[in-house]
Amino acid sequence: MTAGRKNIVKQDTLGRRIWKARTSYALMAPYFILFFFFTVLPVLMSVGLSFTYFNMLEPPVFVGWENYVKLLLEDDIFVIALKNTLLFAVITGPISYFLCLLFAWIINEFKPKMRAFLTLIFYAPSITGNAYVVWNLILTGDRYGYLNGLLLKLDIINEPILWMKTENLIMPVLIVVQLWLSLGTGFLAFLAGLQTVDRSMYEAAAIDGVKNRWQELWFVTLPAMKPQLMFGAVMQITMSFAVADISINLAGNPSVNYAGATIVTHLLDYGSTRLDMGYASAIATILFLLMVGTNKLVHRLLRRVGN
Amino acid sequence: MAGNALLFLLMIICGIFMVLPLVMVINNALKPIDEIFQFPPRIFVRNPTLSNFSDLFVLMNDTWVPFSRYILNTVIITLGGMIGHVIIASLAAYPLAKHEFPGKNILFAMVVLSMMFSWTVTQIPQYVIISWLGINNTYAALVLPAWAFGMGLYLMKQFMEQLPTSLIESARIAGASKWRIFWSIIMPNVKPAWLTLAIFQFQQMWGNTGSLFLRNEELKPLQYSLLQISAGGVARAGVAAAVTFIIAAVPIIFFLVCQSSIMETMTTSGMKE
Repeated sequence: MTAGRKNIVKQDTLGRRIWKARTSYALMAPYFILFFFFTVLPVLMSVGLSFTYFNMLEPPVFVGWENYVKLLLEDDIFVIALKNTLLFAVITGPISYFLCLLFAWIINEFKPKMRAFLTLIFYAPSITGNAYVVWNLILTGDRYGYLNGLLLKLDIINEPILWMKTENLIMPVLIVVQLWLSLGTGFLAFLAGLQTVDRSMYEAAAIDGVKNRWQELWFVTLPAMKPQLMFGAVMQITMSFAVADISINLAGNPSVNYAGATIVTHLLDYGSTRLDMGYASAIATILFLLMVGTNKLVHRLLRRVGN
Repeated sequence: MAGNALLFLLMIICGIFMVLPLVMVINNALKPIDEIFQFPPRIFVRNPTLSNFSDLFVLMNDTWVPFSRYILNTVIITLGGMIGHVIIASLAAYPLAKHEFPGKNILFAMVVLSMMFSWTVTQIPQYVIISWLGINNTYAALVLPAWAFGMGLYLMKQFMEQLPTSLIESARIAGASKWRIFWSIIMPNVKPAWLTLAIFQFQQMWGNTGSLFLRNEELKPLQYSLLQISAGGVARAGVAAAVTFIIAAVPIIFFLVCQSSIMETMTTSGMKE
């Protein structure tokens, strides 16, 4: 029967196929009209701006590939920013992804009230909105900083460490803070995903000889949650490639010798401080291409889940 | 068993770190002024007081426009931006997840890819478009762009894709229209998804001070006014702590309501087929 339907679809002209799907288009119209105006157009305009010099006071001047040439060949800070961003992507991305999944899986085992409470605890850094205040207290560079105080008391160090002013320490600390902060969107999506896994699948799997919880997770739960796993991966990519706020709030922008620079802090430096919107747009375009490439790669990996 | 114990130990240690900001917000709001400026700073309050809140309420009566107006603005912007987005993103997600039509893959790819373009640089083109549409300085300048966020559509589409096709097929055979199928079969079955989306969107809209698009004082949201009141330097430090508490508390309450509702529905009914 499916083969017969395929033949009919092939014979239909494009116009007829569109007409047949008119209800689908009608359902999508409100969203996509707004999406075009408020997302597609601005993105296209930004890409256009990346080929100009634009200081937001005078009209943009076309400069061709100049911004890209400067960015990729002459900008030393961009090299540092790129390196740091890739570090975030390679380290915090996967670790945070697995922690989100692990915590969601464990929390899902609890009774509803306890579950809501535990979810709040783990989501707290994303919802309370004062995350940096906490870390600034912990990481204060004098001996009154919580971390320095603790290490001094335990005789591990003899004098306070300037956590956010020491070049070699900035990135490790930022990575830890980013991990702490990253249990957000993906985590809640996984929790919701666990709720929608069809219960009867577990019973079927038990009959098929799935022995322990880990096997159940790998052979039943994860394959059933593939759509959420994809979603979580994309959110993780957009988040870890766009790290900027924690670096700016904890290490400053620019940080000591640009040790905490990321692509987005670099972008913000040009976009909001130096008012060179053309160059900032070129950085955004390169970052976009990086994320698209990573996304392709991760998709390929996720297809293997449950095999 | 040892593995389980290790997992729980990991959870507890992480949990303590995770809950720190929440603990600090609550304690700071209850600190009398001398404890706020205590050096070195302490996390826990010693002599809790509600004076920060009473100071805040006094200042609220003293704003440029009646304080209730800010609350009304926030209700319109937050709920409008949230409910509208959940509805139109879900409507668009349904065909993308379950129907076949020309252009489907391109439309979906555009939404996913849009999330990867840095929001910082699209802000200025977006401002130009909003002015050009003539909705600058109206609620629509905040609400309409929020309806078109990419994440919501993506989230809804992923959950709807998970629904068994037989579920929709049997309703169609019974003669239900696409509209009907959407409201009485799709949406109830992806309740955890749209409640989760509501949490994200509420948080997003609640955090918007509207400073870029709203010039009229009568249109500005609560968040703006609260930050305005608390921005008084040393003298307002106590009030600022109370404001931080309120700004965090509202989305947390909303979060808890949604989360417990997600779990209630699913534990009682499971997925129906």
